[in-house]
Amino acid sequence: MSSGLAIESDGLVKQFGETTAVDGIDLRVPSGSVYGVLGPNGAGKTTTIRMLSTLLRPDAGTARVFGHDVVRETETVRGLVSLTGQFASVDEGLTGHQNLVLLSRLLGYPRAAAKKRASDLLEAFDLAEAGGRLAKTYSGGMRRRLDIAASVLSAPKLIFLDEPTTGLDPRSRNQVWDTVRAMVARGTSVLLTTQYLEEADQLADRIAVIDHGRVIAEGSPAELKASVGAGAVQIRLLDAAQREQAERVLSGALGVPVRPASDPTRLSASASDPSRVGEALTALAAAGIGIAAFTLGQPSLDEVFLTLTGRPAENTTVTEEDAA
Amino acid sequence: MSTVTTTTPGPALTGTNLDTVLLAVDRPQRPGAVSTSLTLAWRAALKMKNSAVEQLFDVLMMPVVFLLIFTYLFGGAFAGSVDNYLQFFLPGVLVMAAVMQTLATGHTVSVDIAKGIFDRFRTMPFWQPASLVGTMLADLGRYLVTLVLTAGLGLLLGFRPGAGVSGMVLAILVILAFSFAFAWIFTTLGLITKSPDSIQTQSMLLMAVVFCSNIFVDSATMPAWIRAIVDINPISHLSTAVRGLLHGTVTAGQLGLVGLSTGLLLAIFAPLTMFLYNKKKSG
Repeated sequence: MSSGLAIESDGLVKQFGETTAVDGIDLRVPSGSVYGVLGPNGAGKTTTIRMLSTLLRPDAGTARVFGHDVVRETETVRGLVSLTGQFASVDEGLTGHQNLVLLSRLLGYPRAAAKKRASDLLEAFDLAEAGGRLAKTYSGGMRRRLDIAASVLSAPKLIFLDEPTTGLDPRSRNQVWDTVRAMVARGTSVLLTTQYLEEADQLADRIAVIDHGRVIAEGSPAELKASVGAGAVQIRLLDAAQREQAERVLSGALGVPVRPASDPTRLSASASDPSRVGEALTALAAAGIGIAAFTLGQPSLDEVFLTLTGRPAENTTVTEEDAA
Repeated sequence: MSTVTTTTPGPALTGTNLDTVLLAVDRPQRPGAVSTSLTLAWRAALKMKNSAVEQLFDVLMMPVVFLLIFTYLFGGAFAGSVDNYLQFFLPGVLVMAAVMQTLATGHTVSVDIAKGIFDRFRTMPFWQPASLVGTMLADLGRYLVTLVLTAGLGLLLGFRPGAGVSGMVLAILVILAFSFAFAWIFTTLGLITKSPDSIQTQSMLLMAVVFCSNIFVDSATMPAWIRAIVDINPISHLSTAVRGLLHGTVTAGQLGLVGLSTGLLLAIFAPLTMFLYNKKKSG
């Protein structure tokens, strides 16, 4: 299960009219792992996974899923994968239980086995109580979990999750993460797209960063973050008048330039050497500068983009969402 | 590490249930076309059940209004007496009731396939036309309700079919078969047109086609040029055959014509619909 490649793509291209949504994507996704595809809106993430899951036909390039070509062996690939789209692909006019029974029946399970499978999954995804309610009454998190449960029904070897936690509250997001981990622990490979570096960091064994339809960086989360820098210090002052003084103290202690933010009480600096962050905090206190908030965070997606592309991540809206 | 760490983890997943599902070894056989279509018909029927009252209103409103207006307002003028006209018109109104419903079928399908669940259906390895056929099969149930209730009202008002119960049953079956085939026209149109307004235009067009038939009056009373159009309208063939079945005067030729147009409609519009459906997928 852990040997071999779940996905192997070479030079995938997809154009929508004049727009090139995907411009030559090469991926090597090891089987039995979580692979994160990170990028802003319109980078080509959705289009890429729609091609890999046989929903879209590539204009150029090839892709194989467990060695099967996505264009020539569509049926075989469909038997191996399952896609959870960005917009919940459950039937809102049916109950949670009916949704899962319907899909089990379509997979060929006899009536009784389909009902059992549906109940087991509702239980496993903490939806047992809501099982009898119409899916349109579900919260965003419940809907997403039902959606993932529906993807799991066929016991696929590879699951595509398109921005599985976008728009979810932290609690629901954690539940989705738990679900992903539980699936991988049972040998399923997962490819997920996300706009959040933190999500990719938490879940993915390897990450590809996509921008304008191309892979601009690839590696383990640690490698990727190392290439960007350790992280950033964010400080909010009690008194905006002390900002200039704080800027001097901080840049002295950290040894890097400090950036004033648009909010007059905020400052941020990159923290290439985390051990100096403590000293900086002490120095600020010694200078009598009151601090309302102090955070040491990993680089945001914006910072990753800034470093990799030399410009901030922009949310270009491409027609891929319309085509969906 | 991370800027914000949430402290409320979700409830742990029930591992054993997930194991039963994920580690199941008994992968089932791929289901056949018939069982897949029936499963998807079950889905459509469940959704219909959620709006049963509106559905009933939709299927009954038009035939009842037409039956009452034409029989009592125009019947005397058209056929000498209300009762005479009812004997002629009821078979026609049955045809009209079912045929007009096919428009709603096309609309339902085109709205439905824009929904997220169809993304999932499309990645599943089953006989793809079932996604549409299922809804269309379930709609046969709606046509049946329209037909039975309209026929019942006709009987109350004094309609007397010469061929009795068996004629009525056969007539309904013929109408259902034709309507199933006819509905593919509107699934095709539903996939071509995007705007929901186009349903208005389609409805007007269908109404024109229904009026240019012998549903309301015998084509023998019309000028030659319009009679030529009316006589090749498949809806005329259907209402002639249904009249024949109900009154016991049907000929093999009349049924043959209906069979022919049913077959032709299916052969042209079902593959066309599927072509457009598949094209939409790879758009």
